[in-house]
Amino acid sequence: MSRTAAWEDPSAELHWEDQAQPRKGFFTDTSICIGCKACEVACKEWNRNPTDGSFELLESSYDNTGALGANTWRHVAFVEQDRDRITAARESGRQLVSLGMPGVGPPESAPSAGGAAEPPDLLAALEGGEQMDLTPPDTDEFRWLMSSDVCKHCTHAGCLDVCPTGALFRTEFGTVVVQADVCNGCGTCVAGCPFGVIERRDDGTVHPKAEREGAQRVEQDIPHQGTANKCTLCYDRMVVGETPACAKTCPTTSIKYGDHEDMVETAEARVRELHDRGMTEARLYGANPDDGVGGIGSVFLLLDEPEVYGLPPDPRVATKDLPQMYAAAGLAAAGMLAGVAAAFLGSRR
Amino acid sequence: MGNADCIVIQGSNMAECHPVGFQWVAEAKARGARVIHVDPRFTRTTAVADRHVPIRAGSDIVLLGALINHVLSNGLWFDEYVKAFTNAATVINDAYGDPEDLEGLFSGFDAETGAYDPASWAYAKADGSGEPAEPGEESQQDPTLQHPNCVFQILRRHYARYTPEMVTEACGISAEDFAFLADTVTENSGRERTTCFAYAVGWTQHSQGAQYIRTASILQLLLGNMGRPGGGIMALRGHATIQGSTDIPTLFNLLPGYLPMPKAGVHDTLEDYLDSVGTKDQKGFWANADAYTVSLLKAWWGDAATEDNDFAYDNLPRLTGPHGTYQTVMRMLDDEVDGFFILGQNPAVGSANGRMQRRGMSHLKWLVVRDFSLIESATWWKDGPEIESGEMRTEDIDTEVFFMPAANHTEKAGSFTQTQRMVQWRHQAVHPPDDATSELQFFHDLGLRIRERLADSGDPRDRPLLDLTWDYPVDEDGEPDPESVLAEINGRHLTGEAAGEPLSAFTQMRADGSTSGGCWIYSGIYADGVNHAARRKPGREQDEVASEWAWAWPANRRILYNRASADAEGQPWSERKKYMWWDAEAGKWSGKDVSDFPADRAPDAVPDRSLGGPEALTGTDAFIMQPDGKAWLFAPTGMIDGPLPTHYEAQESPVENPLYPQQQSPSRITFARDDNLSAPSAGHAGAGVYPYVFTTYRLTEHHTAGGMSRWLPYLSELQPEMFCEVSPQLAAERGLEPYGWATLVSPRAVIEARVLITRRMMPLTVAGNTVHQIGLPYHWAVGREAVITGDSANDLIGISLDPNVQIQDSKTGSCDIIPGRRPRGAEAQRLVDEYIERSGASVEAEARRISAPGVREGTETPLDEAHPQEGDPAEAGESHALRAEQDAGDHRKRTPREDQR
Repeated sequence: MSRTAAWEDPSAELHWEDQAQPRKGFFTDTSICIGCKACEVACKEWNRNPTDGSFELLESSYDNTGALGANTWRHVAFVEQDRDRITAARESGRQLVSLGMPGVGPPESAPSAGGAAEPPDLLAALEGGEQMDLTPPDTDEFRWLMSSDVCKHCTHAGCLDVCPTGALFRTEFGTVVVQADVCNGCGTCVAGCPFGVIERRDDGTVHPKAEREGAQRVEQDIPHQGTANKCTLCYDRMVVGETPACAKTCPTTSIKYGDHEDMVETAEARVRELHDRGMTEARLYGANPDDGVGGIGSVFLLLDEPEVYGLPPDPRVATKDLPQMYAAAGLAAAGMLAGVAAAFLGSRR
Repeated sequence: MGNADCIVIQGSNMAECHPVGFQWVAEAKARGARVIHVDPRFTRTTAVADRHVPIRAGSDIVLLGALINHVLSNGLWFDEYVKAFTNAATVINDAYGDPEDLEGLFSGFDAETGAYDPASWAYAKADGSGEPAEPGEESQQDPTLQHPNCVFQILRRHYARYTPEMVTEACGISAEDFAFLADTVTENSGRERTTCFAYAVGWTQHSQGAQYIRTASILQLLLGNMGRPGGGIMALRGHATIQGSTDIPTLFNLLPGYLPMPKAGVHDTLEDYLDSVGTKDQKGFWANADAYTVSLLKAWWGDAATEDNDFAYDNLPRLTGPHGTYQTVMRMLDDEVDGFFILGQNPAVGSANGRMQRRGMSHLKWLVVRDFSLIESATWWKDGPEIESGEMRTEDIDTEVFFMPAANHTEKAGSFTQTQRMVQWRHQAVHPPDDATSELQFFHDLGLRIRERLADSGDPRDRPLLDLTWDYPVDEDGEPDPESVLAEINGRHLTGEAAGEPLSAFTQMRADGSTSGGCWIYSGIYADGVNHAARRKPGREQDEVASEWAWAWPANRRILYNRASADAEGQPWSERKKYMWWDAEAGKWSGKDVSDFPADRAPDAVPDRSLGGPEALTGTDAFIMQPDGKAWLFAPTGMIDGPLPTHYEAQESPVENPLYPQQQSPSRITFARDDNLSAPSAGHAGAGVYPYVFTTYRLTEHHTAGGMSRWLPYLSELQPEMFCEVSPQLAAERGLEPYGWATLVSPRAVIEARVLITRRMMPLTVAGNTVHQIGLPYHWAVGREAVITGDSANDLIGISLDPNVQIQDSKTGSCDIIPGRRPRGAEAQRLVDEYIERSGASVEAEARRISAPGVREGTETPLDEAHPQEGDPAEAGESHALRAEQDAGDHRKRTPREDQR
């Protein structure tokens, strides 16, 4: 069980009753991502999402899809950094520890990779007390960060909160999914997402280079045109007990999938392990239930500040302040009423 | 690999090109292994490695040789292993001359033919006379490793000048990086720990690619890392079942199971042939080559193969020379090839010197392309670069092109063999669309039709086709049953009680015609009539060897030469690396794997050598395929370009060979032609015209020449445009703009690419000069059919080949880079020609093979003063000259020295 146990159950009051399932989620460990983009492709194939590339270089290292959007539900960022930035990241990560960042601290037990059977020689190495080499990695002149981004499936989901049609709903797994046949494409959710994940799908027309030169264009079906689209955490696979396509295809287990509670626990163990190896730049993202979205369903292990990966450092769900806003608005209205009343009262004088 | 304590990835971008296999590197790392990536570029592999060691492309033998020297100089070799299992103690005959003494050449070189006679590399006779021993004969041994001509001492001398300073000088690797690499590798080798190397075409695609791998083999043997868990050298194969296509080969010079193809005039009879493969009196399993060969002939020609006709040996084609892909293209250009089949390949894009490939095809009468996309090799005649430039006109091309749609891997059943020699069965998921068919069906059908045409032929040349066993059962779609092919490969008993039953191992094969088998090393894959390749018992339900997942050749063995995982007495080297061991009570080898050794051969057994074959192997002859049972640090036979790896510069190099006056590998294969000129090497006038090194490679997002990726929008959008990777320093030097266009020129072609400026490319300081390297992915092509198009990097590459395996030197070449787009039309070739003229590259220069100045043609005067060796003044000089004189007999025919300045 996570030491930061104050997670709210997002599906608690949704009356799933006996169909309710443990909350599911991802743990994306960017420290072992090799940037192969198999997650992007597997996602598009499984969900039959159209391509949205211009078939031109995006001018952003090896990234040519840019960001999460209506069609790209997994997106791999590539960040090239030099020594100064690495040193700064290592220092900022270290400070997070001293500030008491949840989930970082001395290891409570031997870290477990989860799933794969431990090899006998490793067990021997750990239990036999043989010193494992835990010196920090040596490539510190330069590094190339890769990170597969995805919908956060927030505990307090802004998109869901603001959806006027009920197209967005909270599933029995605690995830957030759009029903394309209900969505009217109003786009309110787009502004409601603090991460910029959800997007309305346009007509999907792409203009590949081949077409510009007069040859054949890419023909593709554009399902769910004009509706809001985002990662469903492969809801259709989950309901039959299958792993989401991205996690299934990930060759290095950088993308892990499972019960949210286990994912958070695995993530916390991993960050401890990396800190023990001197990689103090490692930190978790979205694993704090007290943040502006109540923590997220797809936690990340990052090797630098979230901004470096294009993630907001302090996401806040737009509706978080709604009660206060209502209160303030009420107060203001009351004040105005009082003022008006006072004016009338005054005029009678 | 998951068991390794250290993994050195060199000559491979494993994470990008083998992402699925890379899970084992990730696993090893999670268990605490250290991962080092040695590569000219900082790649996605480097990003997750512990350390990047940047290296100049083409200098790997210097680095690996220096590691060997480090091990030998500092007493770091695994002494018991080396003495028990390698030929370190074997004495080489007196006639052997080393490049250290012969200006960079081995003894036995014939400058006329450019080839070596390996006679002088032979072991010495056991009598101590220093005379060469016959193959298979007992040889002189010195277990103390002190004899000056024993392999161990020859190694020491050969690599003595491969020092850390030389590594800095030749490879551009800092002393600190070298020390880190050397310490990490040696600290993670020995009884308790193992180090693994992984390479791919970054090692093979050089004019001495086979020697790169030999160098690593020597190092791994000295460190005792072969035949043990977490050790070895992983040959990462480029795509699915490339391993399978060498086992049951698509190569011109091999028959299934690494039996050589017979040569015309040399192997005229079955006996001649078998004697050349392995004699009955030599040790090891090649002594049974007769059983493997006869079983193969029985599998192919069935009842028509009888003892009386040497089992139809005459049905086998004979080689009249190297019939590799590049020689074939040149024969096309000479109008000597009528027809051509292209299957699973896109040579117009994927082969070196693309222009030569496309022009070659335009000389064909007919061309068949089987693919699932209309690849450039099928469309070059209407929209290739030569059409665009006006060099070829569609209406002038007489080649008739047939495009046949092919089924892809999900649309047909069959097998894939991967790097670990593991054969995994693949079931058909969906039916192929429309007219698409599998290769199996296509060739089966083609065979049936040709045989029908020839049915009445009495011409003996048609017998091989008409007598071929061609009786595979077909299903309702006409698809032959792939398991029936697997059963044929596995082999059967043909006589006696068991007639018709599958063989259970290759040891059951006989040379008397009583067994058949299409590939001896695969025998057992269909034992008991069960498709063992289709086994799918999950790893979590078995031990870590996982013997019940699919099947690995030979005999379902997961680690080759695993006898070496135990010491000379048969006990595990350590508890931690325990794998196979001698169980004295049971009188057999035990462990979790299948023993790669005669199962009941005791460690102290010393059978009579005259028994020959496996029976003659002693209890420590762990390398059971070798005629002496030992792993070869020094290879007395088998390598065409020398018994020990020696550094030469690539065909095109901006650096003078810092080790020897001989610049390039003397026995490399070159083609001196106007359409295949090389850039002048360092030291020649004109070398500065093509000042930069380029290296080509793949990206994760694409598949080789693009046939399986550029037609797929999902993959195309991930890497949509051809680009080149350059360092910020080179960009500044040449005025290249980020993501702007650049033009690259080599003596073969001019191409354009978008510019990706990145610190992942870094200039190296080599011999006091800055060497800039340019990275070029090779997936794009000019055409109109694919989703994305672009210029082909392979058009830049010239053809020079490794003499052992005929692979092209495509990992390092010379070019120039300038800002802006390339010229169009005829202007493009004019630019190429202008560069050639300026550089002085010519067919005459190309034809010169020898640059070692010691002996000129017609004289025996050494001329070492003509070639001062700035890099290593201590070694410059007299030893070269003296030995060159002594050995002048071998080098009399050298061509004139090339102009050095």
